[in-house]
Amino acid sequence: MRCAMGKTIIEKIIGRNCGHDVKPGDIVTVDVDRVMLDDIMMPFIVSKFEEMGFRKVWDPDRVVIICDHLVPASQVDDTRAYHISCDFAEQQGIKNLHRSDGICHQLMTEAGHVKPGHVVFGTDSHTTTYGSVGAFSTGIGYTEMAAILGTGTLWMRVPATIRVNITGKLPDNVMSKDVILRIIGDLTAAGATYKALEFTGDTVEAMSISSRTTMANMAIEAGAKCALFTPDEKTAEYCGITLDDFQKSLSGDPDAVYESVMEYRAEDFVPVMALPSNVDNVKPVRSLEPKPIDQVFLGSCTNGRLEDLMAAAEILKGKKIAPYVKLIVTPASRRIYLEALENGTLSVLSEAGAMITHPSCGLCCGRTGGILTDGERVVATNNRNFLGRMGTSKVEIYLASPKTAAACALTGHITEP
Amino acid sequence: MDKFTGRVWLLGDDIDTDIIMPTEYLVFKKIDDMKPYAFSPLRPELAGQIRPGDIIVAGSNFGCGSSREQAPEVVKALGIRCVIAKSFARIFFRNAINNGLLLIENADLADDMTEGDEITVTVNEKIEYKGKSYPIVSLPENLVEIISAGGLVKAMRRRNGLE
Repeated sequence: MRCAMGKTIIEKIIGRNCGHDVKPGDIVTVDVDRVMLDDIMMPFIVSKFEEMGFRKVWDPDRVVIICDHLVPASQVDDTRAYHISCDFAEQQGIKNLHRSDGICHQLMTEAGHVKPGHVVFGTDSHTTTYGSVGAFSTGIGYTEMAAILGTGTLWMRVPATIRVNITGKLPDNVMSKDVILRIIGDLTAAGATYKALEFTGDTVEAMSISSRTTMANMAIEAGAKCALFTPDEKTAEYCGITLDDFQKSLSGDPDAVYESVMEYRAEDFVPVMALPSNVDNVKPVRSLEPKPIDQVFLGSCTNGRLEDLMAAAEILKGKKIAPYVKLIVTPASRRIYLEALENGTLSVLSEAGAMITHPSCGLCCGRTGGILTDGERVVATNNRNFLGRMGTSKVEIYLASPKTAAACALTGHITEP
Repeated sequence: MDKFTGRVWLLGDDIDTDIIMPTEYLVFKKIDDMKPYAFSPLRPELAGQIRPGDIIVAGSNFGCGSSREQAPEVVKALGIRCVIAKSFARIFFRNAINNGLLLIENADLADDMTEGDEITVTVNEKIEYKGKSYPIVSLPENLVEIISAGGLVKAMRRRNGLE
């Protein structure tokens, strides 16, 4: 009789894809369900694809091209990436082309490209995001993407899993951003390298898909290959599907083998910030000096969803931000923009003094507006505070939740919500 | 056995890909055009000082952050012979292998090293510095195949009957 050993979520997804049981450390070749190609990498992807001698992508319906980093263009050179993206889509018969709909990591689930159980690769490190709906997704470079476009396959090593179990109710001023920042601080920037993270416990079960998305998005900041949540009824509703038996099975078995288990009590979390210039340099906001700030950025694929904008609006309603602060709000997609417009959130933010921009990667990668200079300090809801990320290398970037960001915008200095 | 000696540039922990190649230069058409800006957020003068054959020795998590493959490509274009670090971030590791940039993991060298000194590397065997020898662990077989094919582009060209 075969001895059935318990499996983690990633072992189930990869095992099904390969058609045989897998264990951590195995090197396997997977059939790819979806790929995400972003505009900024498209010129290189296309040139490698051609250099490799491929003519046709293996399956146009599994390819999604998203213009987000460089749309609308802020330099003449940016237009090249846009045109290469559109031309390649037309030439290859790729229907899934988003020219100006929002940020790639928001659109991949929002527009229904990714479903629970999928194996997905993208040319952006924050491709870990789709673990929010129980998909295995991770970032790769443009050469490997070109090889997938030609073959539909990629080799990978099955990762060991770190289980992160959180139980209880989060304090009102704490958001899932604070949770993941604290976990990254505890793991350190390399603490989950080559590993899968699996989030469990009644705290994450109670979270919205939006909150889970924030956490999966940032898993790469601890080096993780992927971050997985068990698909549930909320996932099914968000993805517009009924979960099939395989998708329903995507939770860690009781006898699954984990490399380690991190246990947290939700009540112990507090609002935190990642201080310049490493994401794992995490401190409670209340322990920080109330230094003045120049700018606040509310947006990105990490925290640019309706829930995030509404959380900030609740704090800012009927008030005015500090006169010397620029509050820049960037909804993660057009759909979110429209929802926030229709439910009055954008009015509240605008009346409080916010500048509201088009949905795109925007300030997060320092490419389309809002850059800062030496000595300036920004509180930002995105995922990276690396040197030079939002302007010069002497800009201080503090990463925080939307609630903390809103509280800071009001007072004009580092403030706990 | 491939053996070479090179001058060392010493970098710290968590050298991210935004440092190796900042986002604003990613739209340049050619990797060669990006070379002057490599490592500029951290050490703006470094790219101009690197000579072909030099070696980078760094701390843990080298290449963390963005998936931008321009990062290992520009390191290679600068003529860096190999990068030796305590550890590498996953995506950078794969990208470097696919472009034929040699990476070596070693836990101790960075702590013992002084910038500007020379080291000797015997591939798949050892690193020698000031009379001390540091062992090199060899790569998994499937990666050796990609490297020996001359990188992933060449491996695919061969698959497609072009080489």
